[in-house]
Amino acid sequence: MIQHNDLILRTTTSLIAFILFGFSIYLFLAGHSAPGGGFIGGLMTSAAILLMYMAYGNKAVSKILPINYRMLIPIGLSVAILTSVGSFLFGQPFLSHTYGYFYLPVFGEKELATAVLFDLGVYLTVVGITMTIILTIASDR
Amino acid sequence: MSNLAVLPIVMPLIAGVLLAFFHNKLPLVRTLAKVLTIINFLVVLYVFYYVINNGSVVLETGGWIAPYGIILVADIFSITLVLTTNIIALATVFYAPLTLSKKQEEFYFYSFFFLLITGVSGAFITGDLFNLFVFFEVLLMASYGLIVLGGERVQLRESIKYVLINLFSSMLFVTTVAFLYSVVGTVNMAQIAERVGEVEQKGVLTTIAILLFFVFGTKAALFPLYYWLPKPYTVPNPVVSALFGALLTKVGIYSIIRIFTLIFVYQTTFTHDLFLWIAVFTLIFGVIGALSTNNIKLIIAYNIIPAVGFMLLGVGILNETAVSGTVYYLVHDMLIKAALFLLIGAIVHLTGTTDLKKMGGLIHHYPLLGWMLFLAALILAGIPPFSGFIGKLLLLQGALLNGEILVVIIGLLSSLLILFSVMKIFIRAFWGEENKEIQPNRKMANKLTIPAIFLLFFSVLLGVGAELFYPGVKNISAYLLDPEIYIQSVLKE
Repeated sequence: MIQHNDLILRTTTSLIAFILFGFSIYLFLAGHSAPGGGFIGGLMTSAAILLMYMAYGNKAVSKILPINYRMLIPIGLSVAILTSVGSFLFGQPFLSHTYGYFYLPVFGEKELATAVLFDLGVYLTVVGITMTIILTIASDR
Repeated sequence: MSNLAVLPIVMPLIAGVLLAFFHNKLPLVRTLAKVLTIINFLVVLYVFYYVINNGSVVLETGGWIAPYGIILVADIFSITLVLTTNIIALATVFYAPLTLSKKQEEFYFYSFFFLLITGVSGAFITGDLFNLFVFFEVLLMASYGLIVLGGERVQLRESIKYVLINLFSSMLFVTTVAFLYSVVGTVNMAQIAERVGEVEQKGVLTTIAILLFFVFGTKAALFPLYYWLPKPYTVPNPVVSALFGALLTKVGIYSIIRIFTLIFVYQTTFTHDLFLWIAVFTLIFGVIGALSTNNIKLIIAYNIIPAVGFMLLGVGILNETAVSGTVYYLVHDMLIKAALFLLIGAIVHLTGTTDLKKMGGLIHHYPLLGWMLFLAALILAGIPPFSGFIGKLLLLQGALLNGEILVVIIGLLSSLLILFSVMKIFIRAFWGEENKEIQPNRKMANKLTIPAIFLLFFSVLLGVGAELFYPGVKNISAYLLDPEIYIQSVLKE
């Protein structure tokens, strides 16, 4: 990626990227019973990371976020598969999920579901795939 | 409820993901791939044994009951095909390290390989029409990865064609499923069958049936939709060609068999008579293609087409003898096509050319390879007592029962020409003057032949032990022709 000296882009990015990150996590957690979920949350996170790449360039962002995005794909997939296969341990059909109500400090009484773990797998896979595709095309000359 | 039905899908999926973690540690990946394939084969063997003894295993995923959730049905037909798929996987995983370059193996070959097995097994086992589409996509995604592996110019050119035609037929598939849903209000295959039966397939339902046939006909390479098949199947590595040739078109023909013995069986004078003619044309044009070329990979790729024609013949005739012929031929063809592609791949790897005119006298250097190719040719063409003969015998017997004399004559003639097209490879490549320029590498040749011998062993067993397998195949045929059993096992009313 070519380095530009885009003051406006950089200043707004430092603000907007964090809003995007926060919103993507909100979407990810909302997905259980409202619009949102792992897929859309993952896309939003990738958008935030991409914005940082556009503003600060390949070198700087790779230093801040030293993540091998290609590795995120199998990690995400294994999280998703393991949660679906986990139902075998309890003698339940493949892909079964369960939930319960727990008291958490600060948040109060909340519903926690194992479906979120499956969604986490989807989230990681989507971030991994999107970033791999975009960075591969961007670094190709 | 039993999780056994999902094991043939989940096991290769886990294997594929696991191997993606250390894709560049080759010795480890190779060993793990072999071990995991063997484990997977044993698990499938157990499920097969269980289904044979206890009847269909039906799994309602996530605990959602029958017409609402996604249903997986491991019945005698689908589990037989899954077992055959795993036999082929076993042979190819041992063949792969010999012909693939290091770079290709490092570029996630084994992950794509296992995902392909996942998709194929899933397509066989699912009991939900939309889910069938999903598994088609899984296997197609894996095949897109495999076909460009290596990234040569000719590969990229052919894969564009392959991707475009498959994208088009997938789009049509989804649209057709939506049509069908708007008419019958369900995507569960058992419930579709029940509801189509209630109205005796009146009105627009036959149109939808033909649209579905068009979709699966594209995947299965039937006349006139086969034109995309031969070339893309010859450009990738022989292992990939073997997997494609043995599995991909067979998933298409499996779907036709399933849909047109379970759901759309009420307007046979229209649909199934059409199949008969399409089958005949597929036979004729496929054989002409196979005779038209001197490229040995292309000869074998063209030979996929008449084989699919034979299988469709049984669906068109739709009596018990003919359908058991189709089932027999399906299993036989999966094994023999994989074996042939592996043998041809060995020849190409050893001589460095695909042109038949540049070969000759190979029998002096590679007697084992030569005689195995000879045996494979006999099995493919259906010389008694091999498995191709028994499949064709049942099919033609079924055709005679319905008085389709013309079909029988064309079937026999095309078998003769198939024999000629494959024997041509044996005669031109193995007989004649030996080419002094080729440096013989007998050790490598033997290594390359062993996986093919493994497949030929099962193929010969299927033919010589026909007495043993025939009752089972007849059972499957009777099961397929009575949709009630499937509907009952899924909906449990």
